[in-house]
Amino acid sequence: MKLFEYEAKTILAKYGIPTPQGGLATSASQAMEVASKLKPPVVVKAQVLVAGRGKAGGILFASSAEEAETVANKLLNMQIKGIPVKSVWIEEKIQIKKELYFGITTDRFNQSYVAIASAVGGMEIEEIAAKTPEKVIKLLINPEYGFRSFHARLMATKMGYAGNQISELGRVLERLYCVGMDCDAELIEMNPLVETADGKFAAADARIIIDDNALFRHQEFKKRLLEGESELSPQELEAMRNDLAYVKLDGNIGVIGNGAGLVMATLDTLQYYGGKPANFLDVGGGAPSEKTVLALKIVLSDPNVRALFINILGGITRCDEVARGILEAKERVGVTKPMVIRLVGTNEEEGKRILTDAGIHVLESMEEAAQRVVEISKQGGK
Amino acid sequence: MGIIIDKNTRAIVQGITGTQGSFHTKLMLEYGTKIVAGITPGKGGTEIHGVPIYDTVEEAQQKSSADASIIFVPAAFAADAALEALENGIKKVVIITEHIPIKDAVGLMAIAKQAKATIVGPNTPGIVTPDECKLGIMPAHIFKSGGVGMVSRSGTLTYEIAAGMTRNSLGQSTCLGLGGDPITGLNFIDTLKMFASDHQTKAVVLIGEIGGNLEELAAKYIADQKYPKPVVAFIAGRSAPSGKRMGHAGAIVTGKAGTAESKIEAFRKAGVSVAGKPNDVSDLLTKLI
Repeated sequence: MKLFEYEAKTILAKYGIPTPQGGLATSASQAMEVASKLKPPVVVKAQVLVAGRGKAGGILFASSAEEAETVANKLLNMQIKGIPVKSVWIEEKIQIKKELYFGITTDRFNQSYVAIASAVGGMEIEEIAAKTPEKVIKLLINPEYGFRSFHARLMATKMGYAGNQISELGRVLERLYCVGMDCDAELIEMNPLVETADGKFAAADARIIIDDNALFRHQEFKKRLLEGESELSPQELEAMRNDLAYVKLDGNIGVIGNGAGLVMATLDTLQYYGGKPANFLDVGGGAPSEKTVLALKIVLSDPNVRALFINILGGITRCDEVARGILEAKERVGVTKPMVIRLVGTNEEEGKRILTDAGIHVLESMEEAAQRVVEISKQGGK
Repeated sequence: MGIIIDKNTRAIVQGITGTQGSFHTKLMLEYGTKIVAGITPGKGGTEIHGVPIYDTVEEAQQKSSADASIIFVPAAFAADAALEALENGIKKVVIITEHIPIKDAVGLMAIAKQAKATIVGPNTPGIVTPDECKLGIMPAHIFKSGGVGMVSRSGTLTYEIAAGMTRNSLGQSTCLGLGGDPITGLNFIDTLKMFASDHQTKAVVLIGEIGGNLEELAAKYIADQKYPKPVVAFIAGRSAPSGKRMGHAGAIVTGKAGTAESKIEAFRKAGVSVAGKPNDVSDLLTKLI
């Protein structure tokens, strides 16, 4: 789960990491109020969860409270990559001497967290790594004793600092690690982390992604997520509420399958034959009829869907149960779009019989079924 | 033969009385797996499917001296269960539970490394050495004993490919799922090493997916070591968009990192045959062995 910049900065400030003074506004007049309490010039930043906000015009400057009102109004009526801007964060414009980068993320191969720093900041770390790999400093964190003060000082020196600034910067890095661990962050970064004109350090922007699997320890965030204040589409949200994994894509073939890997391979196979999947949906193992009904509802609520492809490999999941679920769903949801069903595995014969008796054709081969549904989608779903 | 587990493996089931634990214990017993004890705190002294239940792993170990454990307990408590197994000398732990918090998994793996224990998962369908032992939730009938080692990041996709191989008379030595969570125990390289020294294994099928760089590292390992056995790979997620999580927590493309293209290219460069569709795996294998 991604946190908004204002949420991330509020948490950082609580841990004693210097951040620019600022406030949140959901209307232009509120923005003026916030700006007048700060000392203009100010920066007005759209609060959206998509990357590339700056380039999309989501960050504007204002030299007076009145101007802050005008630019806030502009941002609040804007969409960034299709996402409407609901709030803006207004903060003091700080005097920046140098932009840096510091973040902590996971390293799968080493089964650990890794701290990453760079003396160049302000752009995506992947970009920094691609352009100037020698400037990226990595430190694998030993899970047994964590990221300690000496690690933080070591990174500060590698970032090119000396004297008092080593401990000054080190404290900021160490505190960020504490925030990351306490929040169960899978990614936490200050980008840019800045050296100000007076030689101090501050987080000019902050990004936190909370580990979804740890949300049970962070009910306040989970609540916000389920209330709809997130980057998720309505279908994705509905799926999340029902424990289904759904991702909206931009094609026209609705896909339902069991198991993440199989569904991914199904999308690939559709694409291989020239089709365009409308979504990823994994109903998971077992797949009781209730879940099949929900899955169909979610997939069909996407108006772009012309045809449906249900790909079930019954391992522990029983094909006869899935078949009954499909029939029940068909009746309850009122499916009018053409369906191609591939059903193999445990109790396959019984499953096929149930569907064939109801006039639904069932295929055995994933390739054949994929080709069939691609054809249908190209004929406009007839 | 095969790797990690065989007909002599003696296993305990942690979380044996839950719906999944109980159901799969029955199936594993039917497969011939030696399940010597089950653990459910508070249910000690009873039994299920003829397997005695204990409150703690310590007690189970005094009575049954197992060398492996399979874990079905809920995500919030799964790392704790795995630590209990490790502390009681169990060196092979299969964690079926999905969605374990990263922080918990990181702590667990560090301790497992010190204990020189093998962790399969979390979020794995488990491991099976056909006709000998199954510690997992995979459907037994799709596997057949043979010479192909399989290692995968996914469940049902593995079944799809294994079933296709079995149909084509290509049996398996051992088949294991690394797990779909972001932090897992075994990785591709660990598994490739084990398959390299297993006499039964003549070729390896590696099933990867988008996200992370484990496949790229495996490709580099295969090239650097001049891996002694033929390898066929399949990568799921060619059609996945950037920044979206495709079901598995680990299956996410960020920027250019973790894409299917990057992984496929790494394998091709390492001389590994890459299948375009799941069912092409069998054809490629037939050509190689």
